[in-house]
Amino acid sequence: MPLQVSGEVLSVRRVGAYQLLTVIAPGIPELTRPGHFLAVQVGGPESSMLLRRAFAIYDVKDRGVYGGTVEFVFAVHGKGTAWLSSRRPQDRLDVVGPLGTPFRLPTTPVQAALVGGGYGSAPLLPLAGALRGRGCRVDIVLGAGSADRLFGQLDAKRTAASLVVTTDDGSTGQRGRVSDVLPEVLEKNRTDVVYACGPMPMLRAVAQQCAERGIPCQVAVEESMACGIGVCMTCVLPVLGSDGRTRMVRSCVEGPVFLAERVRWEDIGTVPADTVGAPVRP
Amino acid sequence: MTDLTTILAGVRFPNPVFTASGCAAAGRELDQFFDVTSLGAVVTKSIMLDARSGRATPRMAETPSGMLNSIGLQGPGIDAFLDHDLAWLAQRGARAVVSIAGSSVEDYARLASRLRGRPGLSMIEVNISCPNVEDRGQVFACDPRASSGVLSAVRKNTPAEIPVFAKLSPDVTDIVAIAAACVDAGADGLSLINTLLGMVIDTTTMRPALAGVTGGLSGPAIRPVAVRCVWQVHQAMPDVPLLGMGGIRTGSDALEFLLAGASAVSVGTTVFGDPTAPMRILGELTQELSDRGIARLRDVIGLAHRPAQPHVPEDPDPVGDVPAARRSS
Repeated sequence: MPLQVSGEVLSVRRVGAYQLLTVIAPGIPELTRPGHFLAVQVGGPESSMLLRRAFAIYDVKDRGVYGGTVEFVFAVHGKGTAWLSSRRPQDRLDVVGPLGTPFRLPTTPVQAALVGGGYGSAPLLPLAGALRGRGCRVDIVLGAGSADRLFGQLDAKRTAASLVVTTDDGSTGQRGRVSDVLPEVLEKNRTDVVYACGPMPMLRAVAQQCAERGIPCQVAVEESMACGIGVCMTCVLPVLGSDGRTRMVRSCVEGPVFLAERVRWEDIGTVPADTVGAPVRP
Repeated sequence: MTDLTTILAGVRFPNPVFTASGCAAAGRELDQFFDVTSLGAVVTKSIMLDARSGRATPRMAETPSGMLNSIGLQGPGIDAFLDHDLAWLAQRGARAVVSIAGSSVEDYARLASRLRGRPGLSMIEVNISCPNVEDRGQVFACDPRASSGVLSAVRKNTPAEIPVFAKLSPDVTDIVAIAAACVDAGADGLSLINTLLGMVIDTTTMRPALAGVTGGLSGPAIRPVAVRCVWQVHQAMPDVPLLGMGGIRTGSDALEFLLAGASAVSVGTTVFGDPTAPMRILGELTQELSDRGIARLRDVIGLAHRPAQPHVPEDPDPVGDVPAARRSS
């Protein structure tokens, strides 16, 4: 059950190329599981920007001096995120959360590999903690364009049994993509399950590598949304149901976490002809 | 206590704040945020006979004080809707206004027949104006004869106690002519307005922002157009009940539609950014009425059409940005 909370900004900090915003949002931390997201109003009550911005929840604290706090990471891309980055402590921020379907956790201790691209690592770091809590071994792979676009390296180093870092420009870690190093990580650690979050092309590559090895994989996708709560129908993608039929499903409610093998990766951005209710083509 | 009751074609609603079709699904998601039975009514997303996938993504682009959508009437089809959605609304005790959409007169007639006798159904809204279909938005609602055919088919297949409203497009030369055609064909009232056909080009990719190229513009950006449509239709047909919608964000916006001639309003796009907005707007509207000393909502419907009373402020320091707008009753 999500809540709409008029929260108070506690801090906005620069972390490399990103911003880390902490908001006091009582009630939300207790309900949050790794993979949940937050929909944040931008621009203030009179803003010409009507739509919420959706961000994966990074860290939550359900008690402490400030009551419950929620943290999320974002990059300044447009006017909405620029406004967010200019928030100051004690500013009001209207947030709705926790939203979506979170990561499913294994019931027995397994070997898990977590793959994050850019600030897609944000929901994976609390997930790593939850997996460790269940006795799982956690290996982490983080990738980004450059060193300043990696998020959570220190966290990851602390939580994970092993950490491999890649950057496109080689500014830190191995030069290349996460998919260049993932096969070796999977083999070396005899990985049982993979969790991934990041840009869609990265998720597609990770999904394919897992499928080739028969390793179950959960992905948290990123689709543009207007509402985040399941009423606008803009954030859909083609996903196979348990009945084997493809439907255009909402990534805000049925997702953002999907089983990778259910997502029709090659058809994202289209309505495949065999989708339930697809237009009949002449 | 302000009496918020409103009557649309003989059906009584406890208050005039409804959701808008396509902006509230079938109420279940919003019920997590507020009790949907406290709405005047839930207006459900337009349902078609068969399941429909809708259009490819991107389906949405934010615009100044608005957004474009290009969903393409995605939905589960009437059977699943009746079993899962309308049944849930009825069991929940909510009043449902069911929006229907079809590609032929026959489709609309069959949809109306399927709704016959269903618990929870308060009213039917006939969507003849969704712009997200082929044919450059050349929908039924662009042509008086086509509109008339659909409305007369739905009216014929609907029991007399269920009002049938036609939802019209503002993208026409003379909305009053279309409105008159619908009413002559048996429509009990009109929903004004659907989205305006619009387009955004992404200057980074240098291509249309939406996969469907064009989409429907909604939000406060279209409010003056919507108020104008309500005004024109009410002026021409003061006895025809109107459900007004288009960019309502506050109680004051809702009041503007009532003053123009709407008997009730739908809150649409605002819900995307503010899921509890319908309840906030209802509270604000109640306050706006009581601030003006108005005891009954129905006394403001169409009030703006009456000649202004000369107003001398008794109060040397009038409240608000526009002092002359304050009237004692």
